[in-house]
Amino acid sequence: MRHDGGFLFALRALLPLVTLVAACKPPPDERQHMPQADPAAGLAAIERVGCAACHAIPGLNWPKGALGPSLEKFGDQGMIAGRLPNRPDVLAHFVRAAPELVPGTTMPAMPLNEKEARDVAAYLYTLRAK
Amino acid sequence: MSPPTSTLSAPNKGGFAESLAGWPPPVLDPAGPYAGSVTTLSWILFFMGVAVLGVVLMALWIALFGKERLRARLGGKKVIWIGGIAFPVVVLTALLVYGLTLTRNLTAPPGPTAMTVRVTGEMWWWRVDYLGSDGQLAMRDANELHIPVGKTVVVQLESNDVIHSFWVPRLSGKLDMIPGRRNVMKIQADKPGVFGGQCAEYCGGPHALMGFVVVAHEPAEFQRWMAARQTRVQQAAAANTRGAQLFQSTGCAACHRIAGTQANGLAGPDLTHIGTRQSIGAGILPNNRGTLIGWIGNAQAIKPGNRMPPYTMLSGEDLQALADYMQAQK
Repeated sequence: MRHDGGFLFALRALLPLVTLVAACKPPPDERQHMPQADPAAGLAAIERVGCAACHAIPGLNWPKGALGPSLEKFGDQGMIAGRLPNRPDVLAHFVRAAPELVPGTTMPAMPLNEKEARDVAAYLYTLRAK
Repeated sequence: MSPPTSTLSAPNKGGFAESLAGWPPPVLDPAGPYAGSVTTLSWILFFMGVAVLGVVLMALWIALFGKERLRARLGGKKVIWIGGIAFPVVVLTALLVYGLTLTRNLTAPPGPTAMTVRVTGEMWWWRVDYLGSDGQLAMRDANELHIPVGKTVVVQLESNDVIHSFWVPRLSGKLDMIPGRRNVMKIQADKPGVFGGQCAEYCGGPHALMGFVVVAHEPAEFQRWMAARQTRVQQAAAANTRGAQLFQSTGCAACHRIAGTQANGLAGPDLTHIGTRQSIGAGILPNNRGTLIGWIGNAQAIKPGNRMPPYTMLSGEDLQALADYMQAQK
């Protein structure tokens, strides 16, 4: 993010509003807290199983798959697959067994164990607009 | 580098990135005699180069800062005769003889019983034809080569379009694949494992995504692997599925062959054994249901410029049915 005068001015103007809105929900870190999960290991697992064959994922230069949605800013996203609340337990389940949660989805079960799935979820929650 | 799992249909547990050549290419980590002699020679040339550079730098130091007596001697005719003519002639000749002796295994004719494979470069994948002892085509595959450990395998290198170069850094050096010509190289792995390869001659578009996989098995396991493929019968269960129908009706069969079916296309990689391959897209992605779906649905996003069009008219169910069908091809 480039910090120029205009941006700072806008930030100052919006700050009261932002604090007001932020007070209405739990802070993001708590909402998407993933205990004992390792985002770096998650990125390695993402690369190993090839999630990027369908999804553009920040942190991987290649491939930038385009069959499924881009996961840029996934941590800010409200829903998973337009159906499920974007919460840690749900996401860790979804990334390894999507059809169990969203029958009919094109995304198949992926060869990840539970630990890897939690790591993957932890990595996806690092993808934010900042 | 982890050895391949005993059942190759199991997912590649070693991690996909490890099976690729990776960056930098593992040129200093030979896994067989044909890569080993090249690596040894490279180190010898490197250290000889360092030694000569040291001598030259020393002479330079003397010329700039040395005592008058040494500088006068450095400028004399004797030094030119010894350092400029005799030394290079002797050292370079010795190195040439030594180098050719060291690497003579690369060019020595293979034994008549050596297993032979023809690998043909295509834009941007590899056609792999296993040849029988009679020299006739025994089995077709693509983008992946299985070899027995400890045995020399003769690889006939050809090209159907432009110049490619076959390179599996841990098993041998590079050798060009030239249209209208057959080059022959030998590879050998001394231990079981998965070895990544890469096209090493720019061949247009997605050249950088033209990877290759060599899987080395213990000889007994290799025999089982080969026997399983040669006695393959079309899986009755997969033959009448939605995926099988889609494979014909959406046009996959125009470019891809699956032995025992009506799919006889030869323009793209043979898919008879796709369900057991380590990779898809020519050694670039792990082979699982997710990557298969991603590739079939939109291969252009993964490997821009490759000759498989995106199939964005297919529904999610269609893609899953096709992925099922691919995974059933063992």
